[in-house]
Amino acid sequence: MTARISRREFGAITGSGLFVFISAPAVRAYQEPERLPVRQGYPSDLNAYLRIAPDGAVTCFVGKVELGQGAMTSLAQMLAEEIGVGFDLVKMVMGDTGQCPYDMGTFGSMCTPVFGPVLRKAGAEARATLLAMAAARLQAPVESLQVMDGVVTDPAQKKSVSYASLVEGRRIEKRVDQAPLRTAAQFAVIGKSPQRKDAVDKVTGKARYAGDIVRPGMLCARIVRPPAHGARLKNADTSAAEKLPGVRVIRDGGLVAVLHQRRDVADRALSLVKAEFEPAADGPNERTIFEHLLLHGPQPRVVAESGSLAEGEKLAQSVVEQNYRNAYVSHAPMETHSAVAEMAGDEVTVWASTQAPFSVRPAVAQALGLKPEKVRIVTPYVGGGFGGKSGAPQAVEAARLARLAGVPVQVVWDRAEEFFFDTFRPAAAIRIRSGLTSAGRIAFWDMQVVGAGEREAKTFYDVPHQRTTSAGGWQGGNPPGMHPFAVGPWRAPSVNSNTFARESHMDMLAAAAGVDPFEFRMRHLTDPRLRRVMETVLRQSGWKPAKAPSGRGIGMVLGVYSNACVATVAEVDVDRKTGAIRAKRVVTAVDAGLIVNPDGALQQVEGSITMGLGQALAEEVRFRNGAVLNRNFDDYPLPRFSWLPRIDVVLVDNREMPALGLGEPPIVTIAPVIANAVFDATGKRIPKLPLGQV
Amino acid sequence: MHRTISFTLNNRPTRVEVDDQRMILWVLRSDLALTGTKFGCGEGLCGACTVLVDGRAVRSCSTPVGDIAGKHVLTIEGLQQGDRLHPIQEAFVKHHAFQCGYCTSGMVLAAHALLSASKSPTRDEIAHHLEDNLCRCGAHKRILDAVEDAAANGKGGAE
Repeated sequence: MTARISRREFGAITGSGLFVFISAPAVRAYQEPERLPVRQGYPSDLNAYLRIAPDGAVTCFVGKVELGQGAMTSLAQMLAEEIGVGFDLVKMVMGDTGQCPYDMGTFGSMCTPVFGPVLRKAGAEARATLLAMAAARLQAPVESLQVMDGVVTDPAQKKSVSYASLVEGRRIEKRVDQAPLRTAAQFAVIGKSPQRKDAVDKVTGKARYAGDIVRPGMLCARIVRPPAHGARLKNADTSAAEKLPGVRVIRDGGLVAVLHQRRDVADRALSLVKAEFEPAADGPNERTIFEHLLLHGPQPRVVAESGSLAEGEKLAQSVVEQNYRNAYVSHAPMETHSAVAEMAGDEVTVWASTQAPFSVRPAVAQALGLKPEKVRIVTPYVGGGFGGKSGAPQAVEAARLARLAGVPVQVVWDRAEEFFFDTFRPAAAIRIRSGLTSAGRIAFWDMQVVGAGEREAKTFYDVPHQRTTSAGGWQGGNPPGMHPFAVGPWRAPSVNSNTFARESHMDMLAAAAGVDPFEFRMRHLTDPRLRRVMETVLRQSGWKPAKAPSGRGIGMVLGVYSNACVATVAEVDVDRKTGAIRAKRVVTAVDAGLIVNPDGALQQVEGSITMGLGQALAEEVRFRNGAVLNRNFDDYPLPRFSWLPRIDVVLVDNREMPALGLGEPPIVTIAPVIANAVFDATGKRIPKLPLGQV
Repeated sequence: MHRTISFTLNNRPTRVEVDDQRMILWVLRSDLALTGTKFGCGEGLCGACTVLVDGRAVRSCSTPVGDIAGKHVLTIEGLQQGDRLHPIQEAFVKHHAFQCGYCTSGMVLAAHALLSASKSPTRDEIAHHLEDNLCRCGAHKRILDAVEDAAANGKGGAE
């Protein structure tokens, strides 16, 4: 029969390098909650990742979440490949701290490159173990056995045994060595594009998001919010709200909430609350922020330095110097931050839209004074994250209110709350000073980054004398008051800003040298992968050499993000009367190593191109004295269907490299490629984002 | 005003006793437990809450429930016939015309309204029709591919 193992047994088993298969409903030992909230590694116990049911279905448990990026599908492919079952047999359970192994969070394009190998190894070890068991059962040498769809066959005897029957009803322990992963030549599931596992759920409305969870007796909460960051609540008159039938008011320190069974009645109750706030202090706005950042940023730190800038200056025949700016931008996922919390005794379950359930768990535990193991975070489908759901303050709010109300509580932010509490991509001021030799080569490169952060700030172009410094970033540690509100990771954090500055500047240097932008970049590239994506995009786009501005409106950009290489060519149309910029065509070539799911990879590149047009052309957070002025989509433009260019993507399926992440890399090229194409069209360099109009 | 409102919801006669000024979205989601219709902006600006009223795409977050008395309302839950997906849903699956899926109900229903009214819209006409339905993941290209495909097969319209 199935067995439940105690923590002590479990420790003994893993300690001696054994693992077990158990078809028991829940084994939580591997979660090691006492080690929270310290960052953990991935557990080595296979039971953390998979379970084989008597019907042969394989349930895969991962701490990652499905944000739309397709991890539910690509991770299932990786496990199916290694363990040797059909893709359709793998059922995914994701982002549930009560069932899944620890994971730091779904961000940084790490599902595929970082977690993928962990899951593949678990699958490979399971396969090796099952094969050894099958060899004993069939009395055949392991080497002669074949696996297909979870059935092990000995061709000589024409006898088979299924994984399910090998595992069923028994606890199995086996010492294993490092099982080898399948090679590219053996792949049957990796490299294919099966139907997404979330497809039917999402087109039928069956997909559940956190705000769709309904619990018995649940109340919907709306919370009294300040008009500006830094404004403090003086008092809140809730008497009118309380007169609405069924409305409850909860006060807990600075938290004032109105609750009702129906969300829209809670909305009405909130509108009846008369709250007074101490005004926030004066602060910067979207125009004065850059000066503010330069004044209030931390001391710059040297990120990279080689050669000598002074020597480089001597070699330079001409110098190009430019300041680049980018606005704060919002994540603006279609699903606002949502959560439902339910207490049961001294335990709490929170269904939350978050990218990091295992960090939300200690946050909720701390707010409620509970041990982390008393907190379970369940992450249903998440309606977009882009870095903005790396935390989940709404989960803490729901948990606090659920405890105080004594019933389950739902907190779903409205759109104004979503903008107000967003952790924006930081505004940045980047200055680049560089020189050209008489031979048209870059003599030196001096890049000073303020606000953006240092990732991929160091240039990958071949420059003899260079220095890159960085002050402040999105990761915290900024001096108080540097930003008037929270900042955080926004799809490819740091790298959008740094690539915009670097690639705009490369274009200016190419123009100053009187050289075609492709030719100029290639002159300074030695890395074969970078040269290959450049040549790929050149061919695919039909690039015709010309020095910019050529009047054609065609630009080029090269970008790198976490080892993925992206080259993009874009063609724009600039309306001579209105100055409006429209992207007509975008061609992107990507080398992200091995491609696990080609269609999934395409979706990520297409999505990056489309989303990237927003920050390139129009997205900008406006603010004044701590108040965020964008409150809804009528004053924060997202890319729409009419913005859509013709999109052409080439995936360089580089099987010599492990699979790299692809959720973020392509977007870094989009804003600069539009800027460079506008320069090519008009001769005007726009060194700020959003580009707006020419 | 609190009153009884009768309408046809996904081909079933339905009756609710509610304040007729409440928005359809919340009556669907909380009174009738149909959560496929999504809240995105609350002001009719994003299209995540799109439902069909007598075949026309309507923003349920800003349309009072009193307006649907006696009418036919179709939500995403009513599109499927048993286990059989509607051809527009099939096209969305085939083209993977979604990522996070949060805008998908609204996109599918907005496309349904278009294809019911116009048998063979051009790609530009589809884009124009869906212009005010927002998608943050950038699935736009595939959504156009899917709707074009459904239209080309002549199967997009109402049953």
